[in-house]
Amino acid sequence: MTPILEVAGLKKHFSTTRGFPWPVKTVVRAVDGVDFRVHRGEAFGLVGESGCGKSTAARALLRLIEPDAGSIRFDGTDLRAASAGALRTLRQRMQIVFQDPYSALNPRRAIGRTLAEPLIVHGRARGAAAREAAAALLAEVGLPAAAMARFPHEFSGGQRQRIGIARALALRPDLIVADEPVSALDVSVQAQILLLLRQLQASRNLAFVLVSHDLGVVRWFCARVAVMYLGRIVEQGPAAQVFAAPRHPYTRMLRDASPVPDPACRAVLPRVVGEIPSAAAPPAGCHFHPRCPRATDICRATWPGWTEAAGHGCACHHPDGGGWGVAQ
Amino acid sequence: MRFIRAMLRNPTTSVGVVLCIVVVLGALLAPWLSPHDPAEQSILDRLQPPGGEFLLGTDTFGRDVLARILWGARISLVIAVTSISAAILIGGSIGMVSGYAGGRFDLLVMQVMDVMLSFPSLILGLIVVALLGPALLNLVIAIALTAIAPFARIARAPVLSLKQRAFVEAGRALGFSHARVLFVHILPNILSEVLVMGSLWMATAVRTEASLSFIGLGVKPPTPTWGGMMRDGFENILDAPWLSIWPGLAILVLVLGLNMVGDGLRDATDPKLAGT
Repeated sequence: MTPILEVAGLKKHFSTTRGFPWPVKTVVRAVDGVDFRVHRGEAFGLVGESGCGKSTAARALLRLIEPDAGSIRFDGTDLRAASAGALRTLRQRMQIVFQDPYSALNPRRAIGRTLAEPLIVHGRARGAAAREAAAALLAEVGLPAAAMARFPHEFSGGQRQRIGIARALALRPDLIVADEPVSALDVSVQAQILLLLRQLQASRNLAFVLVSHDLGVVRWFCARVAVMYLGRIVEQGPAAQVFAAPRHPYTRMLRDASPVPDPACRAVLPRVVGEIPSAAAPPAGCHFHPRCPRATDICRATWPGWTEAAGHGCACHHPDGGGWGVAQ
Repeated sequence: MRFIRAMLRNPTTSVGVVLCIVVVLGALLAPWLSPHDPAEQSILDRLQPPGGEFLLGTDTFGRDVLARILWGARISLVIAVTSISAAILIGGSIGMVSGYAGGRFDLLVMQVMDVMLSFPSLILGLIVVALLGPALLNLVIAIALTAIAPFARIARAPVLSLKQRAFVEAGRALGFSHARVLFVHILPNILSEVLVMGSLWMATAVRTEASLSFIGLGVKPPTPTWGGMMRDGFENILDAPWLSIWPGLAILVLVLGLNMVGDGLRDATDPKLAGT
């Protein structure tokens, strides 16, 4: 079966030219060669610290930001080669849910119009049928039909996020890119929204690309996960395996920074400190070496290749399994 | 309705609204309010002081000043409304598209607007009228041209911040065209700001029209205009000062009224001041 989404070598570089009279060009490699695939109905997670390029990658794969290189195949069709018209058609099948529910809705538009608009624009329904469809969408995300006549400012953050999800569902997509869908919400509301998303995943056989910095969210929601660091994927595999037995020291650091409430899982690895370096001047060799406790000369010189076994791969010269284990 | 009530709670705005209504009613009802024909000359009644049969006096041709002021209000209002509407339409569109498109296109367009802004509005109007000749339509064009650049800037600034909002991105993701995103989703969010500036700029348009008429580049006589009346009265300023004072007061009333309404609208649409 072909995966619903297949991303290979995706790159997005932002360049700024500053300074007078001798301009200096700075290139920020926000996304620097990312490969992954998502199967139909599968929840795939992208995790990493802020600034690692996960949100840029999410937008680039919808072509909301135009990628510089690489290929994006959606259900077998090359998205980057698609014409403007073909892209409009393809975009109906892939939608996005945003982090900030406050800016995601047009403040001057009633909810009913916001939800009916995509249907009308794409000629799927109009008039009473569009209104009925909007009410059905609201019911699906757990809001009353009375919400149709109201405006965004009358809703709480969690309710707005539900409306944002309803809008993403309007065109019956196969894939939803969720960019930090719960990180702007209260913890209790986060759980409700995640439950809703999981429910929709099952009822509509939706594939998800969930972007998050919260390992707990990703561990619970996603079947497979990729860990990003400075524009590149450093580890990828089944979520349970990646978090239970991380092979890349960065994944371990992330995991230890969001501990499971179980004293038996306490890590003995030295604490990794420091900040994520600037993507405008990434360290040579392995980008992670300045913060890595296992760094050796080879890490400072060359980027480690990708090694994979049983669907769990990482890019590290000294992956786990060689004496760097956890005291269990 | 709540908006209008919030606006009228401010006494200054209420005064402005009353002043504007007085001028608009005077213009609309000119044929019924005028005791005499504004163009009717009467040598026997020339330079009559205010009072008596001619409430505001007569000019050198014996024409009734009150009638001419009422009819002149029509010219001022028509020019102000049409020229500013045209400027909002053209300048606003330029600013919105430029801000939305961004990049080099935006840079280029805004530099052209800056060049237009660097001309004092009277000078720009003067050039246009001198080139096209003094006529009502040419005056509208001249004044609209002076206001295009400011409206381009006023419309562009909020677009720059709105286009970063997620709902714009959501529209793109849903397969909406750029035109739909810009004119259906962004436009309603900037409209109030632009319309507020519209009322303030209408006051400027009234002044520019009066200034151009005063230097003889306005609508041709015998059509009564306030600026033209001031100029005609200027020749007899010592014998019959009312000839310049009445049209001057009329301009003052309308400009003041429009400015007060504009300020009130601005305060009422500012969400930070809405509750106060």
